[in-house]
Amino acid sequence: MYFCTDFKDTVICSKMQRKTLVRILSVLLFITSFSAVAQDEHTAEAKEILPEGKTKKEEIKEFINHHLMDSHDFNLFGSTDEETGKIHHYGFPLPVILWDGGLHTFMSSEFHHGENVVESNGNYYKLYHSKIYRTDAEGTINYDEDHHPTNVRPLDFSITKSVLMMLVVGLLLVWLFTSLAKSYAKNGSLPKGLGRFFEPVVLYIRDDIAIANIGENKYKKYMPFLLTVFFFIWFLNMFGLTPLGVNVTGNIAVTTALAIIVFLITTFTGTKDYWKHIFDPLGDGMPWIGKIFIYIILVPIEVLGMFIKPFALLIRLYANMTAGHVVMMSLIGLIFIFKSWIGGPLSFGLAFAIMLIELLVALLQAYIFTMLAALYFGFASESHEHHEEHEGEIQHL
Amino acid sequence: MEKLINDFSFGLFFWQIIIFVLLLLLLRKFAWKPILNAVNDREEGIKNALDSAEKAKLEMQNLQADNEKLLQEARAEREVMLKEAREIKAKMIADAKEEAKAEADKTVAQAQAAIESEKKSAIAELKQQVASLSLEIAEKVVKHELSDKDKQLKLVDEMLGDAKLN
Repeated sequence: MYFCTDFKDTVICSKMQRKTLVRILSVLLFITSFSAVAQDEHTAEAKEILPEGKTKKEEIKEFINHHLMDSHDFNLFGSTDEETGKIHHYGFPLPVILWDGGLHTFMSSEFHHGENVVESNGNYYKLYHSKIYRTDAEGTINYDEDHHPTNVRPLDFSITKSVLMMLVVGLLLVWLFTSLAKSYAKNGSLPKGLGRFFEPVVLYIRDDIAIANIGENKYKKYMPFLLTVFFFIWFLNMFGLTPLGVNVTGNIAVTTALAIIVFLITTFTGTKDYWKHIFDPLGDGMPWIGKIFIYIILVPIEVLGMFIKPFALLIRLYANMTAGHVVMMSLIGLIFIFKSWIGGPLSFGLAFAIMLIELLVALLQAYIFTMLAALYFGFASESHEHHEEHEGEIQHL
Repeated sequence: MEKLINDFSFGLFFWQIIIFVLLLLLLRKFAWKPILNAVNDREEGIKNALDSAEKAKLEMQNLQADNEKLLQEARAEREVMLKEAREIKAKMIADAKEEAKAEADKTVAQAQAAIESEKKSAIAELKQQVASLSLEIAEKVVKHELSDKDKQLKLVDEMLGDAKLN
């Protein structure tokens, strides 16, 4: 196509434009119709019953669910034996630590991926859907009407895949940032190598997250937590995107632990003004008789707010990371459902695009968690001047 | 929600708390404090350097202003000195002129006095010569006219009287 500069050219030009448009549209129509046909064919194929009595779709759904959960062994990949139909797992076992009236420890390989019952100090345990249950010697699992196991679950302190990943990330962080600290000492306060990349991030957290939300005077005491939590979440999110497939930050227990730490720090560093803001939000701006009626509603809301804030933190991180993993796995699963030369590349392209977004989300969720934690710390360490400002505002209104 | 609660693994929660708190303590001691201190020191250093540069600039400006002031003062002083010199020159010339005039006047006066005295002495000499001449004349006249004594005396008197009038 070229630009229509002359009046004479215009007629030819518009003709050409129309031609290209028609060409593009016809190509698009061709692709969509073809893929529609392809889809029809392959959904029919997908419904074809597999040897284990499951459809391919169900199998993929189960695989995704399994991926989202924590695991007792570190599986790298698995393959199905064509002749026997058995699944071979490649990976390494992790230690299982149980507290069930006494300490029970053994390697997870003894479960043989849920096939074997393990006897330890007179108790029998079985792995069922990534969870350990106490059973009898035969390994029978009793179900209630909703098909949930009713067997007793011992307290499970095993070093699972997620715990191992947290340890790995923890060691990585310690190694990375202590070496950075050492390089500062060596090079006279100048960053070198990786420090050039991480220093702006550290400075960003200090200047735009901590100082902006907490204030120049009190930010220092919260800096170690904010930096640790940011890099911890970010690195775990990034590891979650690797083919190792660890979904640590998308695990509710992990986000709960982080949120509880935020809640504890907020509560224990809360100043007099913070508590006054919760239990006496209007201050001296109103006579006590008027306040009673408002406070019946207002104070419970403020107290609830104390718990809702960290709760929102834990749900946000959990839901975002889980959703990202579900979308990624589903798009990859689509490749196996459309076994066609159109559907495959299409889902691959989509998966690739989503992966790029997930890279951003990994950083964004770490940022949001840190940012909101800093905001709550800012409320907690509210200084008196700030309070007076509020009073002024109320009187002004 | 039921699935969420079912998925909640206490073991993972326990390990997460332990690992995170340990990580926090370790990193705080060995990483964040040294890094933040180094960064702060560096920022402080940069701030100080900028401050001192600003100070040096100000000092430079002050110095320059001082120089300018000194130069101006020097210029003004030169101006004054030149003016004074000019005045002195004018005065000296005037004085010299006056003195010269006075000297000249004095010389002229002296010359006049000398001339006057010369004249007087000349006149006196002339008078003597005239007297002697007159005497000689008179002698001759007397010698010639001494025949008549009375006549002679009268003549002498007349002649003397004439000479005095002269």
